[in-house]
Amino acid sequence: MDFYQEITALPLGELIRKYSVCADFLHGYGLDALPRQLPLEAALEHLRSDMLADMGLSAFELVDLLSELLEQEAEAGLSRVRSIEILGGTDKDGQPENVELRIRAGEVIRLVGPTGSGKSQLLADIECAARGDTPTGRWVLFDGKELRDEQRFSLGNRLVAQLTQNMNFVMDSPVEDFLRLHARSRMLSEADAVIAHCLETANALSGEPFEKDTRLTRLSGGQARALMIADAACISPSPILLIDEIENAGIDRVRAVELLTGGNKIVLLATHDPLLALSAGKRIVLHNGGIRAVLETNEEESEALRKLREADLLNTSLRRAIRAGERIVSHVGNV
Amino acid sequence: MKMLTVSGPPSAGKTSVILRLCEELPNRKIAVVKFDCLTSFDQEQYAAAGIPVVVGYAGKLCPDHFFVTNVQEAFDWARRKGFDLLITESAGLCNRCSPHIRGVPAVCVIDNLAGLNTPRKLGPMLRLADVVAVTKGDIVSQAEREVFAYNIRQMNPRATLLRLNGITGQGAFLLAKIVERSREIDTLSGMQLRFTTPAAICAYCTGEKRIGMEYQIGMSKPMEFD
Repeated sequence: MDFYQEITALPLGELIRKYSVCADFLHGYGLDALPRQLPLEAALEHLRSDMLADMGLSAFELVDLLSELLEQEAEAGLSRVRSIEILGGTDKDGQPENVELRIRAGEVIRLVGPTGSGKSQLLADIECAARGDTPTGRWVLFDGKELRDEQRFSLGNRLVAQLTQNMNFVMDSPVEDFLRLHARSRMLSEADAVIAHCLETANALSGEPFEKDTRLTRLSGGQARALMIADAACISPSPILLIDEIENAGIDRVRAVELLTGGNKIVLLATHDPLLALSAGKRIVLHNGGIRAVLETNEEESEALRKLREADLLNTSLRRAIRAGERIVSHVGNV
Repeated sequence: MKMLTVSGPPSAGKTSVILRLCEELPNRKIAVVKFDCLTSFDQEQYAAAGIPVVVGYAGKLCPDHFFVTNVQEAFDWARRKGFDLLITESAGLCNRCSPHIRGVPAVCVIDNLAGLNTPRKLGPMLRLADVVAVTKGDIVSQAEREVFAYNIRQMNPRATLLRLNGITGQGAFLLAKIVERSREIDTLSGMQLRFTTPAAICAYCTGEKRIGMEYQIGMSKPMEFD
């Protein structure tokens, strides 16, 4: 496929619909307002003549740049996914799920259900872009489309990032050096800023701050978890993030979820923490290998959530006090 | 009959990958031939899974030479016995081993704990594989997994990179698809290895143990020291 020809032939609106990265590209050059009914080159003629020249660009060059970008993006696969759709299959007994669920980037969907209820299989279905060929018979569509087998083979590894309780850093390297290594593997242009932001975020989530030259293997459980979440949000390219149980990690879990909400990732969070499960958004209830229901937090639950938040704040402040070696008498008045 | 060669460093999870793959291919009659060096315990796992397995030990021979001089017989045996998929498993003990055959799908199994530079060290076993199956990803941070995958892609950008959990089998499903799409093979006779085997024709190949210039006959490769 020749992207150059498509860019010169297709109206901008259509091009953007086809390749969402084009919108980001234009935004990056401050060209959001170009007329969408014209191809890029013609649309650029509507600009003030000096606008491109100020950026050291010409219309021709801009088309060339976008063409190169699309080629790279195509190679990197679906680096952006705006939504996934889960089309229900059956549970372990062959009962139909009757579910059609669309999850958009920026949403944090909760997965609830006891061990063996089918959380792992659901995550596996998403990871392999199921096409009715897994044990559940589910279909998973990306931006409304099913993936061809070739795409599944090339993307399986990059589509989904995972964070689980069992994961550890095994590399004995200073935090900053490792983040640099990770950023380089993504060919990030502003690596320094991204790394600084990632470190700052991790420290905000972690109960105890750490330094950029702390070694990965020396991080406490909470610090490591905080860094993993920050890294997933800031550096990892995968458009989908699956998180398994972050409640016991000793990090600011509410803040962690806030960090991921409204971003450009589709997040699935397996949790039984009521605070996380009831926070804004949907929760998928799994039972006997199938999706039994998709619940949205209702009014009564919102009230419960409000109380939970108060309790959580109190809990946090008590923990801080205990860690600091204080007596907690002065806090009891808040109970 | 279809065939698959599976290679990888010791303890990377080759046997687990093959077992999980077999679970995804319930309708196939599968046999495994394990090429090992001195000992192997994998046959117990295969037997427990009900998968027929033959184990061969290279002993004093170079494992690659041992592989290539036996693989045709292994293939013919599996055909004769009516299997429709033969999987060979061999450990790449000197990191140079590459038991991959042109026209036969080749898997290299490598684990996330092996160290970030391991993909660069493995050589043709990884470089010439069609599929690189990465195991033990469930215990390593996502960030390290991504850097590891990047290092693999640099060495072998053409390979399909699969994350494969040797315990739960997650990812084996896609490997099964690749096997199902591979072509049928009548005979290995006349087919070629993807990479040469190590040259091994010196006095020590034939049992010499004494050290010293006067005992060195045949092929040698002197290192340089100042």
